[in-house]
Amino acid sequence: MQLTVKLFAYFRDNRFKQKQANYPEGTTVEDIIRSLGIKPDEVGVTMINSRHCELHQVPAEGDQLAIFPMIGGG
Amino acid sequence: MADKIFRVNMSDLSTKVEAVPEGWMGLGGRGLTSTIVAAEVIPTCHPLGKNNKLIIAPGLLSGTSAANSGRLSCGAKSPLTGTIKEANAGGTSAQMLAKLGVKALIIEGKPTNESKWYSLQVNAEGVTIKEETEVIGRGNFAVVETLNKRLGEKFGVITIGPAGEMKMLGANISIKDPDNHMRSCGRGGLGAVMGSKKIKYIAVEPNDQKVAIADPEAFKVASRTFAKALIDNPISKALGQYGTNVLVNIINESGGLPTRNFTSGQFEGHEAISGETMYDTIVARGGKPKHNCHPGCVINCSQVYADAKGGYKTSGFEYESIWALGADCCVDNLDHIAEADNIMDDLGIDSIETAVAFGVAMEAGVLKFGDGAEVCRMLREEVAKGTPLGRIIGNGAGSVGRAYGVTRVPVVKNQAIPAYDPRAIKGIGITYATSTQGADHTMGYTIATNILGVGGKVDPLSKEGQVELSRNLQIATAAIDSTGMCLFIAFAALDDATCLPALIDLLNARFGIHLVANDVTNLGMTILKTERAFNLAAGFTNKDDRLPEFFSEEPIAPHNVVWDISNETIDSFWNF
Repeated sequence: MQLTVKLFAYFRDNRFKQKQANYPEGTTVEDIIRSLGIKPDEVGVTMINSRHCELHQVPAEGDQLAIFPMIGGG
Repeated sequence: MADKIFRVNMSDLSTKVEAVPEGWMGLGGRGLTSTIVAAEVIPTCHPLGKNNKLIIAPGLLSGTSAANSGRLSCGAKSPLTGTIKEANAGGTSAQMLAKLGVKALIIEGKPTNESKWYSLQVNAEGVTIKEETEVIGRGNFAVVETLNKRLGEKFGVITIGPAGEMKMLGANISIKDPDNHMRSCGRGGLGAVMGSKKIKYIAVEPNDQKVAIADPEAFKVASRTFAKALIDNPISKALGQYGTNVLVNIINESGGLPTRNFTSGQFEGHEAISGETMYDTIVARGGKPKHNCHPGCVINCSQVYADAKGGYKTSGFEYESIWALGADCCVDNLDHIAEADNIMDDLGIDSIETAVAFGVAMEAGVLKFGDGAEVCRMLREEVAKGTPLGRIIGNGAGSVGRAYGVTRVPVVKNQAIPAYDPRAIKGIGITYATSTQGADHTMGYTIATNILGVGGKVDPLSKEGQVELSRNLQIATAAIDSTGMCLFIAFAALDDATCLPALIDLLNARFGIHLVANDVTNLGMTILKTERAFNLAAGFTNKDDRLPEFFSEEPIAPHNVVWDISNETIDSFWNF
């Protein structure tokens, strides 16, 4: 399945802002995070198509996955 | 040395130093300003008349070595909202006032002769009132430059710019920071209250006094634990690198970034105004990504944004200001936004209220969406000079809406709604609606839990759990705002089990008392109820705790949601 993966803040360092990539069916959000060399416990928020998602969720063809470290402000 | 109340009467230009009433002993910051306003200000008074009072108070821990304890609270009846108001900021004055033993500075009355301006100078003995002429009409940066020469760079300065002199309802009170730039008690027009009292600035004498610590050893231990909790928190790290503007991309991604005067939840130009772009720009131009707004801050979320030649462009460049000029006004150019931010720092006007006012003016056709250069021109030529149009904008988003017949005016109790759309992030809608001070994200920052996964998770689009979330955060915030602590300690306090106990230990060691967590919660509840009682006595009802009609009628992309939490549910906020 083809997904758009978006990274934010320091997760972009030596990686990318946004990329389209193919993953095998059944790949979880956590699998994708690990494949990028990001430790799951460094991840603050993940969203699929602008909705929060869990690490065990499986994205579907054409989904946009956004991965953020722990961030805050206000 | 015991803390004192320093009282200034501008009607007869007299000053006195009073003992602290017993009921105020355990209070500081917002808890104290709101208690004094509730006790001494007639709720129905005109906010710019002689019966309003301006209260300035450092927090309970200000002046100590505790990390992040340098916030200064200003309180009064707000001329923008008509409610009680507290706004706090960093800068150097909170620590200095606390060391001078100033529990609170109360400024009351107003001169009958309105042709003269005054300054206040505060030292350990009390307050001196002097007539001021040189810096009248000048911007904040010129005030600081002049006073640095006249009094010395170490003086603390609390000042109003031209906006406050003109009593614009968006005027703020600005506080000199360690680098001679401005930190703003931004919201609710408190600068107009100071202007109505004919006070241009308050100078605070530098001093080497130390605040009394009842148990220095316990204080030292708690202080270390507390600072470590802040430093170790991963959110502090991101704040230090990207500033609060790290939020542009995540709020945009969530669909809650109000765009084009609140007609969409995502902004096409988000990347150009994001914290990531801002960081890269600052580094490339030789600015400072990290900067502390007050001595003792270990988070350093402020920064110095440089211009293309590496010179100073602005600092304390916050997410909400960047959102408002960026997404809400569709300006996708950080340099224009930075220029406008710096002009607003100099004019002493709230960068949320004013920028949202520009968004409404753009909808009215006064200027075009996206025209950052025109925003800067209008700030310089209209607002700064007090032209009729400048005053309409300077009086805030509600004022622009009324003047031009716009119905999509994002305000609650006449105060502009900041950077999070309540249709797509429903918890913050409860905060906007029920806050005792008009729409203000900092009153109960549900974004933490709705979006950022801090302090648990509550689905931003669900109607469930939002009142409880907002209530718990509003109670905790009222307590934190009383300590002199920066609200960003909350990120550590919500998720690090060592943080809040260390904060309570700090309070106990400072005053030789024995607070437990419940006492802190009770303090927060008492403050909210005190503020609410003032508003009710001023004529507000639960019907004022509502969002503007358009939020219920206009779905917002990408989630195509409306504000759909019932009035009964909103009103249940006060069931505590």
